[in-house]
Amino acid sequence: MSILAKMKMQPLLSVRDLAKFYGGRIGCADVGFDLYPGEVLGIVGESGSGKSTLLSCLAGHLAPDRGEVIFDTKEGLRDTVLMAEAARRRLARTDWAYVHQNPRDGLRMGVSAGGNVGERLMAVGARHYGQIRDAAVDWLGRVEIAADRVDDRPSAFSGGMQQRLQIARNLVTGPRLVFMDEPTGGLDVSVQARLLDLLRGLVREMGLSAIIVTHDLAVVRLLADRLMVMKGGYVVEQGLTDQVLDDPQHEYTQLLVSSVLQV
Amino acid sequence: MTDQTAYNFAYLDEQTKRMIRRAILKGVAIPGYQVPFASREMPMPYGWGTGGVQVTSACLVPEDRLKVIDQGADDTTNAVSIRRFFQRTAGIEVTEATADATVIQTRHRIPETPLTEGQILVYQVPIPEPLRFLEPRETETRKMHELEDYGLMHVKLYEDISRHGQIATAYDYPVKVEGRYVMDPSPIPKFDNPKLGGNAAIQLFGAGREQRIYALPPYTQAISLDFDDYPFTASKADHACDLCGAPDSYLDEVITDDQGSRMFVCSDTDFCGSRRAAGHIGPMGTPSAGG
Repeated sequence: MSILAKMKMQPLLSVRDLAKFYGGRIGCADVGFDLYPGEVLGIVGESGSGKSTLLSCLAGHLAPDRGEVIFDTKEGLRDTVLMAEAARRRLARTDWAYVHQNPRDGLRMGVSAGGNVGERLMAVGARHYGQIRDAAVDWLGRVEIAADRVDDRPSAFSGGMQQRLQIARNLVTGPRLVFMDEPTGGLDVSVQARLLDLLRGLVREMGLSAIIVTHDLAVVRLLADRLMVMKGGYVVEQGLTDQVLDDPQHEYTQLLVSSVLQV
Repeated sequence: MTDQTAYNFAYLDEQTKRMIRRAILKGVAIPGYQVPFASREMPMPYGWGTGGVQVTSACLVPEDRLKVIDQGADDTTNAVSIRRFFQRTAGIEVTEATADATVIQTRHRIPETPLTEGQILVYQVPIPEPLRFLEPRETETRKMHELEDYGLMHVKLYEDISRHGQIATAYDYPVKVEGRYVMDPSPIPKFDNPKLGGNAAIQLFGAGREQRIYALPPYTQAISLDFDDYPFTASKADHACDLCGAPDSYLDEVITDDQGSRMFVCSDTDFCGSRRAAGHIGPMGTPSAGG
């Protein structure tokens, strides 16, 4: 889809003047952007630059101190900051998904893989065991987990499988916006590559919008359409991914790009 | 024996009873909602029914006739000692007949004889929070109740079916009250679950250690959670009572010797005894055995 065509569409998420303070210190400040349907936004920056704070504010896990986060819900545009907790949780179960860096944070380790995938379905009212199980097996297949592992607990899975299970669990209700907090962190490079392949396929196939927080420039190069670079809580540069990575303007971005090890 | 006049009626002081009654009224007003209350130390250990005893104490009036059952039986240690406790501290009449009692304190059973309007059934509850074993944080479970975020309850049932081929939860089976709160019915067998809903008696639940009271007013809807393709079934041992021959009561399995011989008897002793007194005799029962 061309950029011009996107410009005419309604943004799925628009963020205005978002700020979060931890006492006197800045978590993130002056953040504003539009995310269009089907678009993948990467957020990069060093540790402590406010990436995860920003993501938590967007996903409703943290209450921002200032600003608005307008989401295009099925009932029209709504500011998720002012929304009632119940409505926000409903969004989080249906239209949103959140993939944690550590799959243990996003999975129920004591519940079987099928139960993990089925939880969101049951939370939105599915009450037919056979159908829930079929959906779970279907989704395990889509993230390349064998169907005979459906009754195993995640603790019996490898790290890469756990991450893929977490993705299946999040995407089963067909969300429109996926928040990912370093989805490939803690995985070895070959597993990372397969996961990225899988994510890229799912994002394109389902037409998902995604916001990916990472410090790995290779991840955003592969997945993201647009890129935001953060430092000290502020966005220092944003633009098309290739443009930002190939022709960095801000000195911090230049440092970041030149710091990548070449093999 | 100490001087009986040293105790206030039914052991607790009037201010405490007043506080508990306020919690009970709130519980009745919001069926299935867990009302916090300032649970007192009772002269018995936690786990022996301190919650139930406090609720009973707050409900009793001198005209009441009390029945206490433990696993359906009137003559087990817990039932006998709680009954004696109220005989000594409240001087009220006691009975073993379900139909004659005005207040029934129970542990783990609902009597077989249908309850009537005007009766109060008090449950002893060890863990009042149905979500507790799925979500350990109290702040989070309260939030889940507030937002009716009950998907997790079905995850538990899903796990049962995927592991055992059926819903293996046989007691403490969660119910949804009036389409709103999911409630823990205390560890009654799921055989008793259908009696929770639409019951003519007031049902009060007291959890002493956890400091919660909740209630089902008369004729309240209470639906056991299930799946469309794995519906709830009220299960019992596939047998008839060996003493009274009742085919439809909840049974205890009793091992009778070291060779593995066993018999099934009604867990509700009053129900079994009154059936035998009325001439119903099971395969191992004797006509002389009375209730």
